[in-house]
Amino acid sequence: MEMFSLLADGFATSLSPLNIMIVLIGVTVGLFIGAMPGLGSVNGVAIVLPLTFIVPPSSAIILLAAIYYGAMYGGAISSILLGIPGASTAVATTFDGRPMAQQGKAGLALIAAAVASFVGGTISVVLFTLFAAPLADLALAFGPAEEFALVLMAFTTFVGLGGDDKLKTVIMICLGLVLSTVGLDLISGQPRLIFGDMPGFYSGVSFLVLAIGVYGIGEVLYTIETSKTAPTVTAAKITWKELGYGIREMNKLWRSMSIGSFLGFFVGMLPAAGATPASLMAYGIARQTSKRPDSFGKGNIEGVAAPETANNAASTGSLLPMLTLGIPGSPTTALLLGGMVMWGLVPGPMLFIEQPDFVWGLISSLYTANFAAVLINIALIPLFVWALRMPFTVLCSIVIVLCIVGGFAPSQKMHDVWMIAGFGVAGYLLRKADYPLAPLVLALVLGPLMEKSFRQTLIAEQGNVLAFIERPLSGTFIAIALLFFALPLIKMLRKNGRRAVAPAE
Amino acid sequence: MLVADRMIAGALMVLSAYFMWHAVELPIGWNGRTGGPGGGSFPFWLSAVMLVCSGLALLRSFAADAKASFFFDMSMLRSVLAIIASLVVTIALIPIVGAYIALPLFLFWYLRIYGGHGWVLTLSITLLTPVVIFFFFEVTLRILLPKGVTEPLFFPLYAMFF
Amino acid sequence: MQNNITRRFMMAATASVALFATTATSALAEGWAPQKPVEMVIMAGQGGGADRLARMFQAIIQKEGLSRMPMLPVNMGGGSGAEALRYLKDKEGDAHTIMATLNSYYTTPLRTDIGVNIEEFTPIARMAEDTFLLWVSADSGITSLDDYVAKVKTSGKDWKMGGTGTGQEDSLLTAMIEKTFGLEMTYVPFQGGGDVAKNLVGNHIDSTVNNPSEQMGFFRAGKSIPLVAFTPERLVQFPDVPTARELGHDLVYVMQRSFVAPPGMPAEAVAYYTEMFRQLSELPEWQKYTQDESLEPAFLTGNELQAYFLEEREKHRAILAGMEDGSS
Repeated sequence: MEMFSLLADGFATSLSPLNIMIVLIGVTVGLFIGAMPGLGSVNGVAIVLPLTFIVPPSSAIILLAAIYYGAMYGGAISSILLGIPGASTAVATTFDGRPMAQQGKAGLALIAAAVASFVGGTISVVLFTLFAAPLADLALAFGPAEEFALVLMAFTTFVGLGGDDKLKTVIMICLGLVLSTVGLDLISGQPRLIFGDMPGFYSGVSFLVLAIGVYGIGEVLYTIETSKTAPTVTAAKITWKELGYGIREMNKLWRSMSIGSFLGFFVGMLPAAGATPASLMAYGIARQTSKRPDSFGKGNIEGVAAPETANNAASTGSLLPMLTLGIPGSPTTALLLGGMVMWGLVPGPMLFIEQPDFVWGLISSLYTANFAAVLINIALIPLFVWALRMPFTVLCSIVIVLCIVGGFAPSQKMHDVWMIAGFGVAGYLLRKADYPLAPLVLALVLGPLMEKSFRQTLIAEQGNVLAFIERPLSGTFIAIALLFFALPLIKMLRKNGRRAVAPAE
Repeated sequence: MLVADRMIAGALMVLSAYFMWHAVELPIGWNGRTGGPGGGSFPFWLSAVMLVCSGLALLRSFAADAKASFFFDMSMLRSVLAIIASLVVTIALIPIVGAYIALPLFLFWYLRIYGGHGWVLTLSITLLTPVVIFFFFEVTLRILLPKGVTEPLFFPLYAMFF
Repeated sequence: MQNNITRRFMMAATASVALFATTATSALAEGWAPQKPVEMVIMAGQGGGADRLARMFQAIIQKEGLSRMPMLPVNMGGGSGAEALRYLKDKEGDAHTIMATLNSYYTTPLRTDIGVNIEEFTPIARMAEDTFLLWVSADSGITSLDDYVAKVKTSGKDWKMGGTGTGQEDSLLTAMIEKTFGLEMTYVPFQGGGDVAKNLVGNHIDSTVNNPSEQMGFFRAGKSIPLVAFTPERLVQFPDVPTARELGHDLVYVMQRSFVAPPGMPAEAVAYYTEMFRQLSELPEWQKYTQDESLEPAFLTGNELQAYFLEEREKHRAILAGMEDGSS
């Protein structure tokens, strides 16, 4: 098999002493970048890209893969420790990761996230190795109608019925969707909702600004008010013994991790979808198929494992359309694509045939980077957990500073820092009034894709709404979406039926 | 304290009406020119749903046995307001005196005056944070933070690290 | 680690005092040079053609040491570049900001009043002109422009032309094509050129006016076919594709890739950046890139560049006016 010998060559290069050092440095730097609220793999890749023209290409690829993976792992760290998702892909991780940290199980949550990321990364790299070429054709079959159906599916698997106050959930979803329309209307090319022509709104409301605002500042305010006297976070300690126990605990998570890996890879592979819908869907499905769905959102370790496997699997998956179709699924892959063009590679169907050593070198780098990332991550867990033991006022002041700097960094606009303060206060008040904040944030992330694909389909089909159902792929997705929407209802009915028989339960 | 719940529902109603008012600047129905729904339709109709739902939430709060959903702990409210005020002052100061003056000032206020921590802890965090931020954001990530009037002081540092 | 950082900082602090004198004198000796990192505003979001090119310039400048201070790219794609234009206007007199432009440099202020007149800005250098071709999927069976026109005529509004957002280059060129051949198609806007290219190959749309770089991968795999080039001369990469002019239609449309600076940038700074880009444009690395990507390296600076901008703005005013008339 030519493929395996190429892969072996790739490994031989990536395991040279120089490259091992590059991997270790890349992963560590990536980890800290990802752990910083506001920064993600895109910042890491943007910094490293110019350097890649100086070092040999094989080392350049390895460095990029290492930073990419490091940042993906790091995203979970701020989600769990601070409850601030550092990237949209890590939103779902906060749902159970944050409660776990508050219960003093931050170490276990971090291990679960690291192991889950490793499993997700590994399974998807294997899938990538085996099926890259045929899967590219599937990605091509995705037009606007299918994209819309997929986003709908991501929404319904996550939101469904049940859970919080329904009326308030609907209000928050609408608010998120409306905020997502701020800025420029792509279809007509006109600005909208720019509120008296403020230039800061031209580029819309970014996910990071909302997430740092409501989860960062909002959370700080909420904690200060609800905890009367100088509070301390539940003593978070971790010993090496507990670390070992935690890792053994992971074999109970195979169910949520396999959901996450496969779903993550396939959803991530689709252009335009990417890791965010993948992690949300994995979380939603893990919850809906769980025996104890009620325990999700209150610190269930499966709720950390499922989205973390999925987002890592998806970020590997999203390399597939970039390499085979030349379409970046995220800003990070867009930068990587730019890098490839500068190295003189032409992404597209011919890349696997014309440049096999590049492709397989990249894949073997992914294996190596993934392995290094899990080791370094676990080794650093005690350090991160230790950070949580700071006195509350110290932690709070540092979180606020990180929110300000992290909010400024991605766009470099003071406008966004003001928005963070505004969203912080608003999020604090909404949370006090029992408005759920997760649907708000999710709607903002998925909103642009949803609106764009909906309108593109209607333009292309000249207003034929049935187009969504008539196309086989999108029709199937919409059917699944409806099923998921109704699932909690069906479960509720069945439960009520049983309760009527056995009221003692 | 139902009043607060009602105030939030009312505020959301006002907000959705405001969004609707802005959304009508673009066509909210079928757009004959580009085809498909117009640019204002998504924000307009979603805001309309939001308006109706927050209206319902407001009505619901008047229903007889609606439970008191939230109240402020007056003793802590003062702390919350103090932090919001300090946040606003810090952000306002950043473009004028620069992040490297505004952020340490905030840290100093928070740790020493608000938090009542000792001088050693306060000073070490206040002085170390800007240094770490400078090396992490500016030197490593090449993201420049606003410096305001302190800009010229950084020229030699730029010359050294870039 | 923190110990290490503090030590470095102390070293920096002490050394900076000594260095201050040196930088001041050397700046005088060599003429003007930037004293802090230069902000490179990009009028488009991350990952688009403009962004990629700007970041490549950044990489080459860094690698070849063309500038004392690094260029730091900042994306301001909001409002089709309106945000970037406003930002640059507010930076009046600043010597450490430059902006990478594309055709929205003219179209955005023409379409909506954002209080910006591009005549005020300081032109630095035009690096290249990007080219456009008309593409169909290989499955369509269309091989020439005549086939295409005939097929679109019979399909009418069922024919789907894909491109970037309405009001941007692709839609303007589509409007020009419709006018020239008396066609009427449905225009479907997408987020970026790569997205458009993929939807063509997946048969979700019927034709596109992609840049060569966006379709190159599919073209080499034999999945898409270029019918005609909207350039003055045939492209080196596509020697068999006729230009519209050869076929008797005066359809030429290019995308400029230039750098401009805020109004009132000091003359010595303008000279510095102009010289930096001149050196860049002569590098073999850049020349190879333009050939691979089918860019026309058309280096232009100073007053000629400003004249070019104003002329192009008038052209775009006419096209936009035509669009408004034709489709109300």
